[in-house]
Amino acid sequence: MKTIYLDNAATSYPKPSEMIEAMRIFQENIGANPGRSGHGRSIDAGRTLYETREALAKLFHIDDPLRVVLTKNSTEALNIALLGALRPGDHVITTGMEHNSVMRPLRHLESHGIELSVVSSSPQGELDPADLSKTFRKNTKMVVMTHASNVTGTIQPVAEVGRIVREKDGVMFCVDAAQTAGALPIDVEAMNIDLLAVTGHKSLFGPQGTGALFIREGLDKRIAPLMMGGTGSRSEFEMQPDFMPDKYESGTPNTPGYAGLCAGLNLIAKTSLEAIRQKEMSLTARFLDGLGQMRSHVAVFGPNNAARQTAVVSFNIQDVTPSDAALFFEEEYGILCRPGLHCAPSAHRNIGTFPQGTVRFSFGFYNTKQDVDDALTAVGRLAAR
Amino acid sequence: MTAPTPQAVALFHSVSHALRAEKIAKAAGIACRLIPVPRHLSSDCGVCLRFPLAEQSAIEQSLSNQIDYYEIFPL
Repeated sequence: MKTIYLDNAATSYPKPSEMIEAMRIFQENIGANPGRSGHGRSIDAGRTLYETREALAKLFHIDDPLRVVLTKNSTEALNIALLGALRPGDHVITTGMEHNSVMRPLRHLESHGIELSVVSSSPQGELDPADLSKTFRKNTKMVVMTHASNVTGTIQPVAEVGRIVREKDGVMFCVDAAQTAGALPIDVEAMNIDLLAVTGHKSLFGPQGTGALFIREGLDKRIAPLMMGGTGSRSEFEMQPDFMPDKYESGTPNTPGYAGLCAGLNLIAKTSLEAIRQKEMSLTARFLDGLGQMRSHVAVFGPNNAARQTAVVSFNIQDVTPSDAALFFEEEYGILCRPGLHCAPSAHRNIGTFPQGTVRFSFGFYNTKQDVDDALTAVGRLAAR
Repeated sequence: MTAPTPQAVALFHSVSHALRAEKIAKAAGIACRLIPVPRHLSSDCGVCLRFPLAEQSAIEQSLSNQIDYYEIFPL
């Protein structure tokens, strides 16, 4: 049976052939360790990383590519930001719609003397910035929030929160853009983002095992590295380098992966973010319209409005558990989706679907209208049983 | 035979900085190349940017405000 891949919020599929080709070319023609030797292919490997930083910087309106730390995913990026910056006695604010990549480090920090405030969102998952602005304390050091929920797709008012945080002295604004990098415009200057965590393997069309963290100038002085080790720089010193990006990049990196990520980023620049967003929005709107016709049996969570969400739709069918639904979709229609809690128990509590969770269909740039129509047929058949 | 053009090198904190400097210098039209750091200058395992000594002020000008730290040595 043909499969229809609707799990793009977990990782995008298929990947562009340019990405796969770039990884092959790196491994075949370069294949050296970046920054560890002075020979030409080591320099070319270093150039691969540099060009990836440049492409990321361009996409997110970052002036200096060396402010971009390459990580293995957004979880690592978020852990560097949270565990590196927060100290006992500090206060941190987050939202009720976070993924465990934010909540677990924060709960860990909470058990080590860091004060935590979790601001609830509406049942649709939307944060009211006014609620968040009431939670600041004298010792607030950071606001950390997702740009869009991985459960409901709800796009959060990041720019508004950025303006609020910018007025507070010494408070850092950290954004988890795992679901939005490559899907929605992100401008670290216009949005006042101090720390931006992204993953490479979702809408940036890179392979798994790639990600990045932007750190605003000056803030690296306040953020300790999670790992230390060889960087290829300042080898005569046994202390970790204190400059960007080496401070946070110890050990041989996933250079073939970043070669692929760079190709994915170049493809986004060529296609244009607007075209990608338009396509994903029209697929989401088509699916939401179709679900609307079944509203007596199907409950949709989140904004239920393609303009206010990413290409992620969470729903439940009356009297069918999410896991039974997912099994039916795969066995009967070859539809690959994700049921359950999506690593975000807090978000499910917020929208009232804890502990059973939801069925999540997440569309990507390579899905077609036909995929959406087939998905609607499958949901319709299960709902009518 | 003409005498070889006197060369100089710029040393940076890291390969990332050297790569950035190379891009900036090339964009400014300066003939330059990344080479291993000569042993007498540093025990570091990295690379440095080699350029004609006559271009020193052009290099300094193009790198100012773009790269925080670098040192120049004539070869």
